[in-house]
Amino acid sequence: MPDAKAKIALDVNGEPVEVAFAPHKTLLEVLREDLGLTGTKHGCELGECGTCTVLVDGTPVLSCLVLGLACAGRRVKTVEGMADGGVLHPLQKAFAELGAAQCGYCTPAFLLTADALLAENPHPARDQIKEALAGNLCRCTGYIKIYEAVELAAARMRGEKAEPARETLYGQP
Amino acid sequence: MGSRKKKTTERRNDGKRMQFRVVGTALRKVDATAKVTGATRFADDLFLPRMLYAKLLRSPHPHAHITAIDASKARALPGVKAVLTAKDLPIPFGILPVSQDEHALALDKVRFVGDPVAAVAATTEEIATAALDLIDVQYEPLRAFPDAIDAVEHPDPAIHDYADAGNIHKLIDLEFGDVDAGFREADLVREDLFFFEGNTHLPMEQHAAAADWSPGGRLTVWSSTQTPHYVHRALAKVLELPAARIRVIACPNGGGFGGKSDPFSHEIVVAKLAILTGRPIKITLTREEVFYCHRGRHPTLMWVKTGVKKDGAITGMHFKSLLDGGGYGSYGVASTYYTGALQTVTYPIPRYKFQGARAFTNKPPCGPKRGHGTPQPRFALEVHLDKLAEQLGMDPAELRLRHLVPPNSLTANWLRVGTMGLGRCIEKVVAGSEWKRRFKKLPYGQGIGLACSSYITGAGLPIYWNAMPHSGVQLKCDRGGGVTVFCGSTEIGQGSDSILAMIVAEVLGLDPLHIAIVTGDTDLTPVDLGSYSSRVTLMTGNAAIQAAERARDLIAPHIARKLEVPAERIAFADGRVFDVEQPDHGLAFAEAVQLAEAAEGTVGTVGSYTPPRSAGRYRGAGVGPSPAYSYSACVALVDVDPATGIVRVPKIWIAHDVGRVINAASVMGQIEGSVYMGLGEALMEEMAYRGNRNVVHKIPSLLEYKSPTTLEMCDVVTYVVEDPDPNGPFGAKECGQGPLLPVPPAVANAVYDAVGVRIDEVPITPEKVFKALRRKDKGEEPRFGPTRFPEIPWPEPTRVPPPWEGGDGTAVGQSVGRTVGRHA
Repeated sequence: MPDAKAKIALDVNGEPVEVAFAPHKTLLEVLREDLGLTGTKHGCELGECGTCTVLVDGTPVLSCLVLGLACAGRRVKTVEGMADGGVLHPLQKAFAELGAAQCGYCTPAFLLTADALLAENPHPARDQIKEALAGNLCRCTGYIKIYEAVELAAARMRGEKAEPARETLYGQP
Repeated sequence: MGSRKKKTTERRNDGKRMQFRVVGTALRKVDATAKVTGATRFADDLFLPRMLYAKLLRSPHPHAHITAIDASKARALPGVKAVLTAKDLPIPFGILPVSQDEHALALDKVRFVGDPVAAVAATTEEIATAALDLIDVQYEPLRAFPDAIDAVEHPDPAIHDYADAGNIHKLIDLEFGDVDAGFREADLVREDLFFFEGNTHLPMEQHAAAADWSPGGRLTVWSSTQTPHYVHRALAKVLELPAARIRVIACPNGGGFGGKSDPFSHEIVVAKLAILTGRPIKITLTREEVFYCHRGRHPTLMWVKTGVKKDGAITGMHFKSLLDGGGYGSYGVASTYYTGALQTVTYPIPRYKFQGARAFTNKPPCGPKRGHGTPQPRFALEVHLDKLAEQLGMDPAELRLRHLVPPNSLTANWLRVGTMGLGRCIEKVVAGSEWKRRFKKLPYGQGIGLACSSYITGAGLPIYWNAMPHSGVQLKCDRGGGVTVFCGSTEIGQGSDSILAMIVAEVLGLDPLHIAIVTGDTDLTPVDLGSYSSRVTLMTGNAAIQAAERARDLIAPHIARKLEVPAERIAFADGRVFDVEQPDHGLAFAEAVQLAEAAEGTVGTVGSYTPPRSAGRYRGAGVGPSPAYSYSACVALVDVDPATGIVRVPKIWIAHDVGRVINAASVMGQIEGSVYMGLGEALMEEMAYRGNRNVVHKIPSLLEYKSPTTLEMCDVVTYVVEDPDPNGPFGAKECGQGPLLPVPPAVANAVYDAVGVRIDEVPITPEKVFKALRRKDKGEEPRFGPTRFPEIPWPEPTRVPPPWEGGDGTAVGQSVGRTVGRHA
């Protein structure tokens, strides 16, 4: 029989939340099943694919490996917390523009990992982007549109008037 | 006012005269915002009131009789609502009519580790999992077959009670002309053996399905499926329920790649459990279970013998393949035909013989993975050609460029090639990669290799024999100016919903974001056969064009009357309907719909698409024909460390003949994604087994199944070649699978250029390179690869004269008019 529920208070996407759940539940399960935040996905539930990445106190973590209980009093950011009202985050906008989200299943995790990268390094080189995203698997894109979207978003977040390169969208002449 | 110029309805290979407003642009996909905000509802994101959870008990044995099952303890566990075993679902199913060999729960025997045996419905996943441990299954183990050669050489005990011979599921022998005569005419004849290891789709989303049974007696099943229509048929068959009472909704797939194209045990099980319990229920497979579902690339052993003239012209080819099918049929019969079908569409082969065999083995069933049955022979053929070119002293790019299948021609096996842009593709990658400066000229350890390929744009024949369209579209025009497109197609991330929006927007002159898309729902949408065989853009696109043109034809006369101009002067563009000769004289699309609705009633149209008839009429001619073939050329640059055998691929140049770009950003994404998956197959991806006669899955996890991360992925330079095909919507051909095919052979050829060893087997792992280098050092054959092709009891060949030897596409001795080959 399941254990009695535990209750914690935490900050999810800038909102104070109290939630009760079986104490063995992972943060992934608490987010999806108890808080209705199904934007966070799972690909293995073993910490292998990065698909369940969320930010805890600004740091990317694999929510399938973190107990919900360990998040009491912490600040959790999921993909649902990225847009500002109806306005997409620059990363979300760039991912949509370039087709960096194909099936979209790994996308929330890539967005949040990239969000953490850009918070730390507003001007990452391509190799730094690759390094930061190396723990996230994507089977659709070959990662290229993802790099390009992160670079485009980074430029815009720095205040540059950046647009996608022609060869990004149409290929080499 | 040039932008309001009337567009022609002509779309037959005359792209230069057409002006597009939407087609060819890089539009944000219609579902992009939902995907970047996490709003897209995948199957496991469904939570229904009072929902139960299901779990499957799977076999721990690779091959065994089931002698007894006792589920009484599981049934007694508090929270358990139902337990199912085979007797609850005794009717077999399978994707192909010729291979109805699966049961939702194993009936009397299990055929691989992971074969489903029993199912539990409970109030929580934890209780369902605990209940599985309480089900007592007695097994009587049988000899297990770990690979195709073992299965070919040992007919007993038979894995299935049907097969062409012993444990050989399928045997094919097709002969198009006298290949021996071809070899006699040749200046050089060469034989090679190749092996392509099995690998899997690895979609990031684990399969999930939910079901609900209404008190009124209707069943709804949501599933991460690429083929809701086939799931619909399988559910009706196994549940013995009228299809009219079943609704299948394909949720957006979190990646498919062919792995969600079969009807699956878990879909049938949740449906049955919903009916039994009267409550909604969901099942989500674990990652380990996804490896058991598999249906991925068949491990394939290949032998090829080719005769060539001094200039590289092929005089004859004989190709043999042996596929390791795993425990069930799945798409395997079609896969087997595909290993012999498309060799002929790139370089002219005047005489061709193909022998293919598929063995049953005791591993998860193999089926269609991106490229379905064709990446294996393409790997063999392109490496084989590289060796032939070297022996002839020819540049391999030059050899290919000199011998291209002409457009609008028939091949030896009666495939009708339409447009053919391979020459332009080769020229693009050769120029871009500075091939001539680099090939054979790079320092030891660095190499460059080239390969080409072709793929179908949809199969010419349906999976089950019928005369109906392969794709249907319904279109509803709203008084408010919105248009809704209903189509059975399935969005698996490839962008099929957006293609529908863009095509309808193009024809009706609307903004694609004003088009609502309803897809993949058997209650709401007309049938589309599914997201497989690269058929969706071509088939749904043509159906959508027909529906949209009919809407235009329905609306236009009323606007003509209102504007007092002839109907043929009415144009649709920029959200308006107007007189093409006085573009300011017109009205908004919404007003146009209102006029038409007032006169005609509700404004709705339909469109559908059926592929052209194939030319071949022999048994087996059903696999290979396609409305259009895409072409790709690839150059790979590699760094090989001779001390470790580690191969790194810094850069790949790829050119793809897509016919016509519909959504430019999607085309780029599909090509880059194909290169990525091809790179994984070339270097690391493999389904490996261990223990218990090598039938226990070694690596049912994402960590151990190696796939490229950002650190292994190469740079990609992409060239999109457009050669509009008359059969494609606005000329479009496929781009989602074809560009994968040339990558593994290009990498293998580059490894040879780098260090002088032939790796005739993928994945090209460091161990294989290292072993080949050791052999080279010892003066042995500098090669790693298979060394024998087993004796196979081939049947009497089906002899079909190639088109240039007369005949009409039928086999010698075949009764006239007989067409067989439904395994599209």
